[in-house]
Amino acid sequence: MAAIQVVRSEWTKIRSVASTVWTLSLAVVVTVALGMLISALSRHEFDKMSIKDRLSFDPTFISFAGMSLGQLAMIVFGVLVVSNEYSTGMIRTSLAAVPQRGTFLFSKIAVATGLALAVGMATGFVAFFLGQAMLGSHRASIGDPHVLRAVIGGGIYMTLIAVFSMGVAAMLRSPMLSLGILMPFFFLISNILGNVDATKKIGRFLPDQAGSKIMQVVPRIDDDTPYGPYGGLGIMVLWALAALLGGYVLLKRRDA
Amino acid sequence: MIEAVGLTKRYGDKTAVYNLSFQVRPGAVTGFLGPNGSGKSTTMRMILGLDNPTAGQVTIGGYPYPKLPNAPRQVGALLDAKAVHGGRSARSHLLCLAQLSGIPARRVDEVLGVVGLQEVARKRSKGFSLGMGQRLGIAAALLGDPQVLLFDEPVNGLDPEGILWVRNLMKALAAEGRTVFVSSHLMSEMALTADHLIVIGRGQLLADMSVKDFISANSADFARVRTPDTEPQLREKLTSALTEAGGHVLPEQDGALRITGLPLPRISDIAHDADVRLWELSPHQASLEEAYMRMTQGAVDYRSTVDQKSGLMQPLPPGAQPPMPVPGQGQPDWYAPPPPQQGGQPFAMPQGQPGPYGAPGAPGAGQPNPYAQPAPAAPQTPAAPPQPPVSAASADLTKPEDAR
Repeated sequence: MAAIQVVRSEWTKIRSVASTVWTLSLAVVVTVALGMLISALSRHEFDKMSIKDRLSFDPTFISFAGMSLGQLAMIVFGVLVVSNEYSTGMIRTSLAAVPQRGTFLFSKIAVATGLALAVGMATGFVAFFLGQAMLGSHRASIGDPHVLRAVIGGGIYMTLIAVFSMGVAAMLRSPMLSLGILMPFFFLISNILGNVDATKKIGRFLPDQAGSKIMQVVPRIDDDTPYGPYGGLGIMVLWALAALLGGYVLLKRRDA
Repeated sequence: MIEAVGLTKRYGDKTAVYNLSFQVRPGAVTGFLGPNGSGKSTTMRMILGLDNPTAGQVTIGGYPYPKLPNAPRQVGALLDAKAVHGGRSARSHLLCLAQLSGIPARRVDEVLGVVGLQEVARKRSKGFSLGMGQRLGIAAALLGDPQVLLFDEPVNGLDPEGILWVRNLMKALAAEGRTVFVSSHLMSEMALTADHLIVIGRGQLLADMSVKDFISANSADFARVRTPDTEPQLREKLTSALTEAGGHVLPEQDGALRITGLPLPRISDIAHDADVRLWELSPHQASLEEAYMRMTQGAVDYRSTVDQKSGLMQPLPPGAQPPMPVPGQGQPDWYAPPPPQQGGQPFAMPQGQPGPYGAPGAPGAGQPNPYAQPAPAAPQTPAAPPQPPVSAASADLTKPEDAR
């Protein structure tokens, strides 16, 4: 009962601010455009590649290359959906109307997650098809083994990035603080940790590195990752759930 | 009915609210007064279940807020007029609140009409003035047509017309049998709006009584006496004579004396016996504002000091006097000065008035609305600039009866 009311209200909230349209369309455009660019460049580079690189050439994964930037817009979307309540002070009005704080938080996140999933899926398929078009003769087909899993996984990956951000924002409350931590983390720190030998073993359990495994079709030759595509996605789901749980516990305990 | 019992809230080692017990009854406007930082907003948040009390409890209709069945239809609140997403239109803001509480969308247009925001309903609230924001907040509080209403500083930023509107709205809501709890730091506004007062300072209860009782309990009558400025020794003489007769004498900034504990005719007799001429002997009644300031003076958290402006001052030209600091609330023993005497009859004695100082009864409670009066004092003060309604109201309160 209360959940339905919150869902309806949150849908109105999310529709009536400009930041929703901006962040989500930016996520689509950046992911697709950058994916197309890198796909086009890869086609020209292919002939100059070493045998090893040609063997592990993964056209599906290359068409998702834009996600490294596009996910940042998803992070902004997730953070703003939750922290707007705090930065405006509307959280007090909202919690006075729905004193069941868990119902409020999870209904809110459900609405935003649904929207992120729709946009993420559309992004995944568009990025795949346009990216393959750019790859020309090196392209993969949607009917090839594991390719459909990778494309749907790409949509889920973007959704989970948004959900994780929502959980973090629910814990931190401030949009500036949340973005200030999440943006450099996903753009820089995670990549550094994942590529330096000393920290590689830890780095690959970070949410984005584990989750992006679902988008790989051709494994790298010297790949020693201890989990498969679904295992990686599972790790990312655990991260998102942990963030949500943290946000819920803090919201429940804290003075609004 | 809102009932608080032993309500206490601590943030770390700072106690925001301590052992607060009070009842807010239906059918009346209850004013919630206190200086800034005295715990008014914290108490309001605890009533709404947003902050958890450290000790004690507060209930609405017998339930703690989170357990109240259908809470948003029972209780409406304006906590912060700025608590609106600036990019959202007024209508969308109210619509999402209505949907959150299961209130039909047509009610949104109704309350927009009630607060007079129909014209700007589809504009982004970013461009709203503080007054429009207050109206939007009040609209949100009215959405569920609730029996219990809480307003935190509802008149902040409103123009005189808006203040009058809020005042009438509060009274109308209370007249319909609703519980109306309004916080403010403006005593003069509450004197006109509220029936009952709850005053807190530093988080503790200072008073819980009707406005009428509050005035008679807290506003002391006094007489103002001025001896000839040219002969300061007369002032000393009169002071000692009055003190001997049992009066309490306080010198005022402008050289006059404020005397309590002696009736006016007796002061005149004593002056005559002491052979002191008087330039002024006038009755005064401390305003509600003064009563409130006296009561909360020990409980003010934020005090101003005199601005020293060291290093910023121009050297004074030779022979010039340094300017006297303007008396302000931050200085000890300062109360709101009585307003200047109304023109025409500055030294007139009251005639045939009951009460020791000729200013009987308790103004304020039965005070007619200053807007409703077609400026009764206007002919007497042709030179006075138009006063804002709040100070006009407080001026009315201290005016001697005969000058009205």
